Amino acid sequence: MPKLYWEDFASGAVAVYGPRLVTREEIVAFASEFDPQPMHLDEMAARDTMLGGLGASGWHMCCLFMRIIADGFILNSSSMGAPGIEEVRWLAPLRPGTQIRVRSTVMETRASKNRPDMGLVKLAYEMIDETGTPLMSLTNTQMFGRRKAEAAA
Amino acid sequence: MKYLEDIAVGETYAVGRHTFEVDEIKAFASRFDPQLFHVDEEAAAASHFGALCASGWHTAAIWMRLMVDYRRRLMEQARARGEPVPSIGPALGFRELKWSKPVYVGDTIDYSSEVVETRVSESRPGFGLLTIRSRGVNQDGDEVLTFLSTTFVERRPQQ
Repeated sequence: MPKLYWEDFASGAVAVYGPRLVTREEIVAFASEFDPQPMHLDEMAARDTMLGGLGASGWHMCCLFMRIIADGFILNSSSMGAPGIEEVRWLAPLRPGTQIRVRSTVMETRASKNRPDMGLVKLAYEMIDETGTPLMSLTNTQMFGRRKAEAAA
Repeated sequence: MKYLEDIAVGETYAVGRHTFEVDEIKAFASRFDPQLFHVDEEAAAASHFGALCASGWHTAAIWMRLMVDYRRRLMEQARARGEPVPSIGPALGFRELKWSKPVYVGDTIDYSSEVVETRVSESRPGFGLLTIRSRGVNQDGDEVLTFLSTTFVERRPQQ
């Protein structure tokens, strides 16, 4: 597959990445390390919480999202990282045994005002389960190198 | 932790401090964000970052860990005093997250969180919503991370 540059992102383009099966072991392992709250660690304790059962840490969902888009297209692109995240919404719990996918929609692309070697792409993402139910939504703007700049370098 | 009614806008929490070592930066990035500037020193040196730096998700996940530890200390203190321990979480999400500067190997980040809004939940009787602005600042005083997050917090039970 040819490497993706800023010029390759077209407003309105939709893509789906994954699937990725999320296991109980990795939910508990992530939570033990980064978010050791009972709702992410222990089935019995999680039943008494608002999640109503064991669910992945929201930050784990973000990290799984990152890995899925990394393998999906970022690693094969001129990615220069992202300055931030406009918004993340945790819409439904991510349960053990769920097969997740990430759906991306290109919202807008624009050239950088002060960096001619770089362009910006605003993306809206959804993490969905097997039935297409959104578990998380995320919007952010990512930085990509431009094709001409790299060719000239 | 406190009930929603006892939390005041402007309250600030010294959440904790963490130094990012090379091995943990690479280990985290290998699992979740294996872009070259997070896993390979040479490639990072040639990138616009100029040196190996932590995944932004790593910087954020460490805030979460330190926040959980901080809350746990407060809960233990409340229990020791025989006070009730209101429940907190889960969070609805976050917004306006900025990775203001890269976190490089050996950087020490000080995390803090400040209450910016409290309100009653329309959907969950007995709970309110707490919005905080969290920040990470490096050893030079430069902000590396900031975001707003909103979390459920228990309300004071009606007598």
